[in-house]
Formats: sequence, structure tokens, C-alpha cells
Amino acid sequence: MGNADMETSPVIAVRDTWMSFPGKTADQSVHVLERVNCEVQPGEFVCLVGPSGCGKSTLLNIVGGFLNETRGEVRVEGEPVSGPDPGRIFVFQENGVFPWLTVEQNIGFGLLGRPAAERAERVAHYLQMVSLTGFEKSYPRELSGGMRQRVEIARALAADARVLYMDEPFGALDFLTRLKMRADLIRIWQAEKKTILFVTHDIEEAVQLADRVLVMTKRPATIAEEVRIDLPRPRDLDSPGYLEARDHIFSIMGMDARGGGATD
Amino acid sequence: MSVRPQPVLSRQSRFSIAQISLPVIVGCIFVAAWHLAVKASGSDIFPTPWQVCLGLGDLARQGLLLKYIVASLFRVSWGFGLAVLVGVPLGLVLGWFKLAFTALNPFIQILRPISPIAWIPVAILWFGVKDTAPIFLIFLASVFPITVSAMAAVQNMQQVYLRAAQNFGLSGLPLFRRVILPAALPQIITGIRIALGVAWLVVVAAEMIAVNSGLGYLIIDARNAGKRYDLVVAGMVMIGLIGLVLDLLVRRLEKFDEVRWGYGQR
Repeated sequence: MGNADMETSPVIAVRDTWMSFPGKTADQSVHVLERVNCEVQPGEFVCLVGPSGCGKSTLLNIVGGFLNETRGEVRVEGEPVSGPDPGRIFVFQENGVFPWLTVEQNIGFGLLGRPAAERAERVAHYLQMVSLTGFEKSYPRELSGGMRQRVEIARALAADARVLYMDEPFGALDFLTRLKMRADLIRIWQAEKKTILFVTHDIEEAVQLADRVLVMTKRPATIAEEVRIDLPRPRDLDSPGYLEARDHIFSIMGMDARGGGATD
Repeated sequence: MSVRPQPVLSRQSRFSIAQISLPVIVGCIFVAAWHLAVKASGSDIFPTPWQVCLGLGDLARQGLLLKYIVASLFRVSWGFGLAVLVGVPLGLVLGWFKLAFTALNPFIQILRPISPIAWIPVAILWFGVKDTAPIFLIFLASVFPITVSAMAAVQNMQQVYLRAAQNFGLSGLPLFRRVILPAALPQIITGIRIALGVAWLVVVAAEMIAVNSGLGYLIIDARNAGKRYDLVVAGMVMIGLIGLVLDLLVRRLEKFDEVRWGYGQR
């Protein structure tokens, strides 16, 4: 923390990164990412938005170590990414909570090497942080979608992840739960000072959450523009600053917010 | 944020009266129809339900009923137990290691459709008419459903569990024990249930040929020694009832919290 170099060097640095997937024949390969450049600073909350299927999840999977880029350089915490890392936990859209474990076993999943007392203490702490105290012995099938998603976030935090990669984590939730989850996530992020890279196709969600929004183009995608959201938290969704930032991103994506601009 | 109430228990108790009475009514209708059909046809060989009950009583008094049931269950326990011990690890390995799958799957798929009945002459040749022959046949019949279900369970496992586990730094044996096995377990148990049904089918067939005890032997012996069709049907009834009990026992495995997630909402 005290190291001045660490403070200034980005946690995530993506340089000139290209990604194509093989198609049916060699010359039909699908170009997904084209010359992507971006950085995420320590403790920053960055949202990646873009049209559905543009490759934002692909980019997140490359950064997370689940996919290898075709060309370019992706460094996380100063090192080239060679695979997933316990210090940088992915939160999946389809929910990666293990259904055969109880809530507390799930949250303690990344702590099996620690002494039992420390494990219990951390599990209890993060259970409380995601407001699931009392559900220690419940199984995921007994919980609502929002609660399951909070278990997954608590599991990542309990394991002391420095970086969270979130791939449309609230996409499957209903509207009200989604609003509540956003508020909870901001509260947790402010308390825990994590670096978060968050993928969403929901522009409003991005503007509510992020310090900075990276807007991606259609496929083959690149970063079209970087929008800094300098609004105080908790954010007022009717404030002129909020609406302006939102409409600006809509217009980058070629949509008019007032003309029934769909966020999907 | 509140948890949804769980109506599971109350719903079960509401349906329990129907759950017991409906099958009993169907059973009574069946027994009555059977009785009337035998009477109407005037057959003096095919038994009425009551004659079957008397036959069962005879067998019980001679001590044969229990002896034969134990003999059949003994063979199933061995053959099926060995099949679980071999099939589950084999299936997990085939599901996980692509090379093992490529090498062995065609061979397994060729062996699998060969009916255990077709193996009877070979089993007698190899093992004689001792218990080993039916145990071998039961093993053959049940090892394939178990292997194939364990294999498919690993292959069809939700990728998100694997990724989450790898994200937490798991690999090798801990990955297998903490994630792959529990993720595959519900489907493995389904395979085990199917295999136990098959094993019970096969023990009867095997006992008709290779041995001189057991429920299958009872059926074939009762027919050969004086056309005792009451005992033939008594044997059939016992086979059915024990098969039901076995299935209920394995179904209990599906109720454990560690696997209940794998069976959808019931």
C-alpha cells in the first residue's frame, strides 16, 4: 500500500489486444476484439458497456485468465495473465455458487488453508456484510437469485480477492432486486476498497455504479470512448449530471435515450 | 430481503392420503380382476391370488422363501457392489480425461448392448454353476449404466463450477474431490438407481440357469417339478415387491442435501 509505484501503476493494463475465434474454415474466423486498450487503477470501479454480443464478456474472460488473447498484451497486477488467480475472483452471470454446499461452506470455500477460527470469523464477517446472517446453513436452492448472487460476492471477498471481475452479475435478477444489489455492491466496494471491473449491457447500471465507463463498439469491438462519472455517491438518478452522462453514453452507442432508447 | 416460504412439507402431507389410497385402490382392482379372470376361464393351472398367498405361506413354512430371498440379495449385493466400485471411478476418469474417453469409449459402447443373457454360456464356462457366475452377470449388467452416467455427469457438468473452482486455485485431486465429484453426484446416483433395477432383473434370469437357490431358481424349479404355477407367480410377486423396496431405498439417496439440487423441483 505504501509503495508509491504500486499506487500509480494500473492494476489492469490491456494493450493492443485482439481476439478472434476460429470459424468453420480458417478464413472465416470471427474477429471479436480489435486493438483494445484500457487500464484500471487500484481501487477503481470500472464498467464495460456495449451492445449485446460485442465481446465485453470475452474481454473480461481474457483479463480473468479464462481465455487467451490472439494478439496483444494483458497485464494484471504487473504480471502477464497466465490463468485464473485466487487473488482475482470472477463473479459469474449464471451464478457460480456451489449448490452442494451451504451458504457458509460456499463463503468459506477459498479459505480452506486457514485455521478454523480465522475461517469462521471471516465467514461470519462477510455473511453480515451481504446481509445473509441467519442463512448460514441454508442451501443455495433455498435462496432467491439475489441472495445467491450475494453469496458469490461474499465468497470472493472472504477469500481476500484484491480484484473482482463481474460479468453481468445482476442480469438475471428482477428490477427492484437489481437496484438493491447495486446499492449493496457500492457500499461493499467503499468498505473494502477493491478494484472492480464490471461488465454490463445496461447503461443505467453502468452510470449508477462506475467511476469510469468504457463504452465498446459493435463487433469487432474496440473501446469507443471512456466516460468519467464524477458524481457523488449515493447517486441521485434524477440529477442533471446523471442524466447527462447516461444520455452521452446512449449517443455514443448510436441511440437516443428519449426516443425509447432500450438499454438492452 | 426475505426468504421464500417453503411449502414443501405441508404440500406433501396434503397429498399423502391420495398418495397411499390411490395405489391401494388400483392394486385392489387388479387383484379382483385377476381373480375373476381365473374363475371365468376355468383354468386349473393358473392360480388365483389367494392360491398364490397360500403358496407363499407354504414356502415360508418350509423356510425356503427367506432362504431364496437371501440368496438372490446376496448375489445382487456382490455383483452390484462391485459394479459401483468399478463403474463410478471408471466413469469419472472417462468423463474427465479426453484421451481415456477416446481410447475406451468405443469398446464400452460395443460391450454395452450385449445382453447379460448372452453372457450366460460364457459365465458358466468360466465360473461353473457356483455363485460366481450370476454375480459376474449382475456385475456386467449394472456396471455399464453406472459408468456411462458417471461419465456423462462429468462431461455435462456446468462449466461455471469448474471455472469458479479453478479461480480459487484448485487443481488435481482437490479439484476432483471438492467440485467434480459433488457436481456429478446427482447424476451418478440416478445411474446407480437404474443399474440396481437392471441388476435385480438379471439375478432372476441368471438363477434360472446357473444355480439351485434364489427366486429365479424358485420360478423355474416350481414349473419343472410339477407345474406349481402358484409358486411361479409367488416368486414373481416377491421379485416385484423386493424390486420396489430396493428402488425406494436408493431413492432415499436422492434426498440428501448434497445432491437434492440436482433433481429439479419436485
